Amino acid sequence: MATREIISSGNELSALAARDAGCKFFAGYPITPSSEIMHEMSGLMPEIGGACIQMEDEIAGVAAAIGAGMSGLRTMTATSGPGISLKAENLGLAQMTEVPLVVVNVMRGGPSTGLPTRVSQGDVAQAKNPSHGDYKSITLCAGSLAECYTETVRAFNLADRFMQPVFVLLDETLGHMHGKAILPSEEEVAASIVPRKTFEGPAEEYFPYECESDQPAVLNPMFKGYRYHFTGLHHDKRGFPTEEIETCRKLIQRLEDKVELHKDELELYEEFHTDDAEVLLVAYGSVSLAAKEAIKHLRAEGIKAGLFRPITLWPSPADKMKELADRIPKVLCIELNIGQYRDEVQRATGRLDIDGLFKVNGRPISPYEIVNKVKEL
Amino acid sequence: MAFNYENYLRLEKMPTLWCWGCGDGVILKAFVRAIDSLGINKDDICVVSGIGCSGRFSSYVDFNTVHTTHGRTIAFATGIKLANPTKKVICVAGDGDALAIGGNHTIHGCRRNIDITFILINNFIYGLTNSQTSPTTPQGMWTVSQQAGNIDPTFNTCNLAIAAGASFVGRETVNDPKKLEKIMVKALEHKGFSLLEVLSNCHINLGRKNKMNSAIENLSWIDSITVSKKKYETLTQEEQVNLLPTGILKQDEEAAEYCDMYAEVVKVHQGKRKTITQDDFKKKI
Repeated sequence: MATREIISSGNELSALAARDAGCKFFAGYPITPSSEIMHEMSGLMPEIGGACIQMEDEIAGVAAAIGAGMSGLRTMTATSGPGISLKAENLGLAQMTEVPLVVVNVMRGGPSTGLPTRVSQGDVAQAKNPSHGDYKSITLCAGSLAECYTETVRAFNLADRFMQPVFVLLDETLGHMHGKAILPSEEEVAASIVPRKTFEGPAEEYFPYECESDQPAVLNPMFKGYRYHFTGLHHDKRGFPTEEIETCRKLIQRLEDKVELHKDELELYEEFHTDDAEVLLVAYGSVSLAAKEAIKHLRAEGIKAGLFRPITLWPSPADKMKELADRIPKVLCIELNIGQYRDEVQRATGRLDIDGLFKVNGRPISPYEIVNKVKEL
Repeated sequence: MAFNYENYLRLEKMPTLWCWGCGDGVILKAFVRAIDSLGINKDDICVVSGIGCSGRFSSYVDFNTVHTTHGRTIAFATGIKLANPTKKVICVAGDGDALAIGGNHTIHGCRRNIDITFILINNFIYGLTNSQTSPTTPQGMWTVSQQAGNIDPTFNTCNLAIAAGASFVGRETVNDPKKLEKIMVKALEHKGFSLLEVLSNCHINLGRKNKMNSAIENLSWIDSITVSKKKYETLTQEEQVNLLPTGILKQDEEAAEYCDMYAEVVKVHQGKRKTITQDDFKKKI
């Protein structure tokens, strides 16, 4: 595997990944701590003949990105929690119309304006259901600088495979962390690109929303002779509004099933010293870096700790978490929120005795705190 | 030869959901005739609409069509246009959509002067949701959300668009379909942000509650509050107060269009020109 070394920040690496993954359009709005992604894209996009626009607000940022996505381009927006709150309605439109889009959320403290310049993982629950109604969110979470890059690339491919928005969660620590990242070569990334499916037959035989009950819509680019309709209303196989009972039911069930029945294509996690673990730490994002450090110290002291790190947060790697929790007596969730993912670990494992180390004061969790907490268990 | 509407309308979607006598049909007709007279390929056109009665406009025309969320037409259209600068992008939205929930996008579309034609259908009320006050509902009229009478001051759509920087601003009514078609052609031909306000009737949800029981009475009221720009300019300020001028109210052919300006940004980043500075612009502040 050809690799390259880059010294950069998480936010900048995410932008670079977008370019390498074939993104041609970015629209956004300034918000700490994600703005550097837009700053980078403002140069990267025109350089390759794409476009980057700073819109008048968060809502317009995601709307313009979805518009470009409807027209056929790989497209992205980036923001933080308050921005996701504002974008939520249009994210629902993208779910309903099945328009692929990558949304990077660099998490900061919330709720509300919260702690704009400090770290948090408070948007994990939001990422599961930012918009109203039924659909299945896909959310990836980078746990290192290199993953700010690789998870963004993966997000673009998944967005086109599943035809819906895909979230990439970074956090303030990763977004603003500068360091060396070992990345796959540009050629390798280019070779990994799988663009969205298109229909090649005659226009009169094209039905964008006529698909198997577990498959996404096939949306041809605009302006190519396949004139069809996008709407956030329940719609028929051609995309036109309908209230026909079976059509409505099938549509929403399909939005669920196209993800739920293909979770295996999404599942990604890392196990660190779980083989002989007697204490299982569950951590993701920048927190997992501290957890790994803590595990080294704990093991040096004879405590067999291991880490399970989900990289795809939604849908969760539930089966794997159950398998681990069935054999490891003590499980500790470590999060920069009050157990937003512990709820999911409890659901997946059926265990209500999952311990938690939670921090919501805008400061990172140190390995030292984790070591102490594990010793108390 | 009779005009071939079938070439432009999705006939299988007819009848429209618009009420009998609604002005939206007149606008739809004028629109497809204007498109036809310009000879633009159907595949090269994208029509974006918002929420409300006018939101259904996009589903009836055989172009690339997008029915978006409430108020966001211009924002979606901006993405579509900037990603496809050679294509024709047209927005259709009502007064509630474009001036209340979507007011921010409307003024910023005007400001950027991106080449989008915005057909803003003003029927002075939220029609689809049964008579709530819109930003253009005249003060003193009855609305279901202000049953004591509307006290909210109104926007003058065209003045707003002119102030915000749209390079083409016009107003017409559904009372004269031929005039409407003509000004629509002008708006569509214009390069830059063109906003055309079309005053239309909603005798069902505005008229019935405000002593205009029929389409004719509602249309007559529209007639009574409008006057050609030429005549309007001869009136005293006092006489102008309760009148809205019709016709082309602003047309600036010189104003730089956003996608053209963005092409210069691309050149900068591709090393084909120097950085853009204030010297590149006549207007410095």
